[in-house]
Amino acid sequence: MVRGSRPSASTGRRLGRSPVTVALAVAVAALALLPLGYITWYSVDLGWDGVRELVLRPRVGELLWNTVRLVAGTVVCCAVLGLGAAWLVERSSIPGRRIWHVLLVAPLAVPAFVNSYAWISLLPGLDTYAGALLVVTLSYFPFVYLPLAASFRGLDPALEDTARGLGLSTWAVFLRVQLPQLRVALLGGSLLVALHLLAEFGALQMLRYPTFTTAIYDQYRATFNGPGATMLAGVLVLLCLLLLLAEIRLRGQRGYARAARGAPRPPRPVDLRRLTLPALGGLAVLVGLSLAVPLGSLGYWVARGAGTALDGSALLTTTGTTLGLAAVAAVLTTAMALPTGWLAVRARGRTSTLLERSTYVGSSVPGIVVGLALVTLSIRVTPWLYQTVPVLLAAYAILFLPRAIVTVRSAVEQSPALYDDVAASLGASAPDRLRRVTLPLLAPGIGAGAALVFLAVVTELTATLLLAPTGTTTLATAFWSASSALDYGAAAPYAVVMVLLSAPATVLLSRDARRGLTP
Amino acid sequence: MSSLTVTALTKAFGATPVLRGVDLHVPAGTLTALLGPSGCGKTTLLRLVAGFDDPDSGTVAVGDRVVAGGPARGVPARRRGVGFVPQEGGLFPHLTVAGNIGFGLPRQERRDGGRIRALLELVGLDVALATRSPHQLSGGQQQRVALARALAPAPSLVLLDEPFSSLDAALREETRAAVSTALQAAGATAVLVTHDQAEALSMADQVAVLRDGQLVQLTDPQTLYRSPQDLDVATFVGEAVVLQADLSEGTARCALGTVPVDGPLVGGPARVLLRPEQLRLSAPGAAPGEILARVGAVDFYGHDARIALTLPDGTAVTSRLDGAELPAVGARVAVTVRGSALAFPASAGTVRPTSVPA
Repeated sequence: MVRGSRPSASTGRRLGRSPVTVALAVAVAALALLPLGYITWYSVDLGWDGVRELVLRPRVGELLWNTVRLVAGTVVCCAVLGLGAAWLVERSSIPGRRIWHVLLVAPLAVPAFVNSYAWISLLPGLDTYAGALLVVTLSYFPFVYLPLAASFRGLDPALEDTARGLGLSTWAVFLRVQLPQLRVALLGGSLLVALHLLAEFGALQMLRYPTFTTAIYDQYRATFNGPGATMLAGVLVLLCLLLLLAEIRLRGQRGYARAARGAPRPPRPVDLRRLTLPALGGLAVLVGLSLAVPLGSLGYWVARGAGTALDGSALLTTTGTTLGLAAVAAVLTTAMALPTGWLAVRARGRTSTLLERSTYVGSSVPGIVVGLALVTLSIRVTPWLYQTVPVLLAAYAILFLPRAIVTVRSAVEQSPALYDDVAASLGASAPDRLRRVTLPLLAPGIGAGAALVFLAVVTELTATLLLAPTGTTTLATAFWSASSALDYGAAAPYAVVMVLLSAPATVLLSRDARRGLTP
Repeated sequence: MSSLTVTALTKAFGATPVLRGVDLHVPAGTLTALLGPSGCGKTTLLRLVAGFDDPDSGTVAVGDRVVAGGPARGVPARRRGVGFVPQEGGLFPHLTVAGNIGFGLPRQERRDGGRIRALLELVGLDVALATRSPHQLSGGQQQRVALARALAPAPSLVLLDEPFSSLDAALREETRAAVSTALQAAGATAVLVTHDQAEALSMADQVAVLRDGQLVQLTDPQTLYRSPQDLDVATFVGEAVVLQADLSEGTARCALGTVPVDGPLVGGPARVLLRPEQLRLSAPGAAPGEILARVGAVDFYGHDARIALTLPDGTAVTSRLDGAELPAVGARVAVTVRGSALAFPASAGTVRPTSVPA
C-alpha cells in the first residue's frame, strides 16, 4: 500500500464516501439479501410449531443424509484428486506440464448438468450414490486443483531446499513443509466445492439423486409454493451459511507470506523416474473421464441427432436470447458492483465491510432458493413483475454479484487514492481525474468482472427455469427440456454451444489461477 | 517560484493530534528537509501543504497567497500549483513516461515532444525513455520521471515525500544527486520529507526537525549538527557521545578528562555532547594523566572506521577514525578530545540510543 492512501478527513470532497455511493451500495446489499430475508421472514411468520412440523420429518432427515454424504464424499475425492494433480503438474518432472494444467482446468467449461447428461445418457445405471459421486467429483475437482496449483507456484522452493538440507525425504518435505503451507488453499477449495454442491440442482436431478435442491424443485412443481419447499430451502440456506462462516474464518488467516524479498527461484521438479508412466496414466484417466467422456458423449449425440432433430433456427434464436440476457445481466451486475467495490477499498470501515459481506452472504444462497424467493415475492408484492425479464435479471445479479465485486475491488485496489492526489496536484479537476486516471485504471477489472458474470449467466439453469418469462428459452433451459424428455440428440447442440461459450472463461481461469470462481 | 509559510498549523486524526502548531518558513528557491522519525507528522504536514487534507487550524501560504486556513475556503489541490512527488514515484501505470510527464500540461503542450524532452533532460534521463511504460523503469528512473512530472506545469513549490527511501544505497546516491541538480536548475522551492539524517544534511539548504507534531529546530545543516537544540535532536542527526559532566568556568570534567565546553550553561552538573570524530586515539604512555581506554570492537567501513571503547570507569564511547591506522581489538589506547563539547542540562529527559550510521 502506498503511503498517500491514508484515510483522510476530506475524502468526502473527493470521490471517496459520498452519500450517493453509500446509498447505492446499501440498495445493492438489500437486493442481495432479499432471498435470505424472505426465507427468514417466512419462517418467523410460520412460527416455531409450523417450522418444527415441516422440518423435523423423516423426509428431511433422508435429504440431509443424502446431501451430507454426497458433500463429504465429493470433498474428499476432489481434495485427493486436486492435491495429487496439482503436485504432479507443479512439482514433478511429468512431461507436458503446461498441457496438463490446461486439460485439468478445462472440465470447468462443461457445466455440471451437461456433464451429468453426458454420463447418464451413456450409462443409465449411474443413478446411484456412487454415480452421483463420480459425476460431481469429475465436474468439481478443478475448484480444488486451481487454488492448490497456484499455491504450489507461490511456495518458496528455498524452504523445501532447506528442509532437504536438514535431511528430510521428498515425502517428509511434502508432509511437513508443503502441506502446512497449502492448508488454506486446500480448505478454501474444498469449501468452494461444498458450497457449489449444496447449490447444484441440474446435475443431481438428471442423475435422479435426491438432495435438498431437487426436493425443493419437485415440491415447487407439485404445489407451486408450498411452505414445504420454503422450509426445505431454509434448511439448505442454513447449511450454506455454516460453510460460508467457515470460509470467512478461513479467509482471516489467509496463507503464509514469503518472508524474503526478491524473485523466488523456480523450483527443481521432483524426478518421478519409474513412476512417470503410472503418473501419466493416472492424469490421462482423470482427464479422460472428466473431459473426453463428456465431450465424446456430446459428439456422439450431436452426430446421432444431426439427421433428424437439429432445428437450426431455434438454436440460433435461443443462442441470441441467451447472449442478450447475459450481456444485459453482465452490464447491470457490474454496474451494481461498482459502489460496493469502491467503498470496500476507498472508504474502509465497518459500514463498507458490512455492505460487502452482506452481498457475499446473500449471494451464497443457491439458485433454486433465489428463484423460489423471487417467484413468491413477485407474485405477492409486485404481480406486474411476475415472470418478466427484470426479475430474472435481478436473480442473476443476486447470484453473480460477488464475481463482479471481487474483480472491481481488486481493480480499485490497484488504483490507490494516491493517483487521485497526484492528478489533483497537477491541476486536474474531479471529472478530469475520473476520465484520465480512475476509469482507465479500473477498465480492465470492470471488463473482467463483466466477462465472468456474462459466462456464468450463459450456463445458469436453476433460477432461469423458475423465473424465465413464458416463451423465453435460454440455452440451458432449452437443453434441459430436451434432455428431460430423454431427447438426447436434440439437447446436444445446446450443450455444445454452452461449452464453446464457456471455454474462454476457462482459459482466463487457468491463467489467473489465484482468482476463484467465487470470492 | 514562491516561498512557503506555514503558521501555527494543527491537525488531528480523530482524537490523535498529529501536528500541534507548526511554524515553518521556506524561502523561495531553496530546499528544506523535513526531518523526523516515522510518525512525527511530517507526511501529514506535506499533505496539508499540498491540499490533500485540510488543517484543523493555522494557515498555509504559498508566496503571498493563503491557500489553507485563511478567511476563505481552502484552495483545492489542483489550483495550488504545488507539485508532488510521492514515495514510490506514483507514476500512472496506464500512461507512458511521456504521458506521465505531460499529464499536468495544457492539451496543446502535451503533444509537444520538445517540452517532454527538455524535462527528461532536466532530470538527467535519456530521451529514449519517453515511450516506455513505468514498470519498465528502475526505481530511480521512476523517481526522476515523477519529479519531471511535478516540475512540468512550473509549480510554485515542489513537495517530495521520502522519494529515495525505496531505493537501494547506490541508486539512492545517484538519484539524490540528479534530483538536487534538477531542482537547482529549475530554481524550484522544494520541501523534502525524510527520516534519513544524512540525506537531510547533505541535500538541504535548511533542515526542519519535527518531533511529536512540533517543529523542534529549523536551521542550516551545519548549525543543526554542531549546535542541536537538545540531546534528542543531537542523537537523531548524528552519532553522539554523551557523558555526565561537572561544569565550571568553561570546562567540563567528565570521563574523558577536562574538556572545553560551549553552550549557555556555566556551572554544576550537566551532560556534554561530543561527536565520535572528536575522539582521537594515540599510543598510551605519552603524557601524564592521560585517559586510557580498551578497544572493544572495530567496525571497518573502508573510508573510515568506528571504534568501540571502554573507559576506565566502565563508560562505553565510540570514536570515528579514518581507515588508515586502526588499533587492534583489546589494545589499550590513549583518548584525547579535539575541539569542544556542547553542554546540556543534566535532567534533560532520556537520551535515545546512539544512532548507527548507514
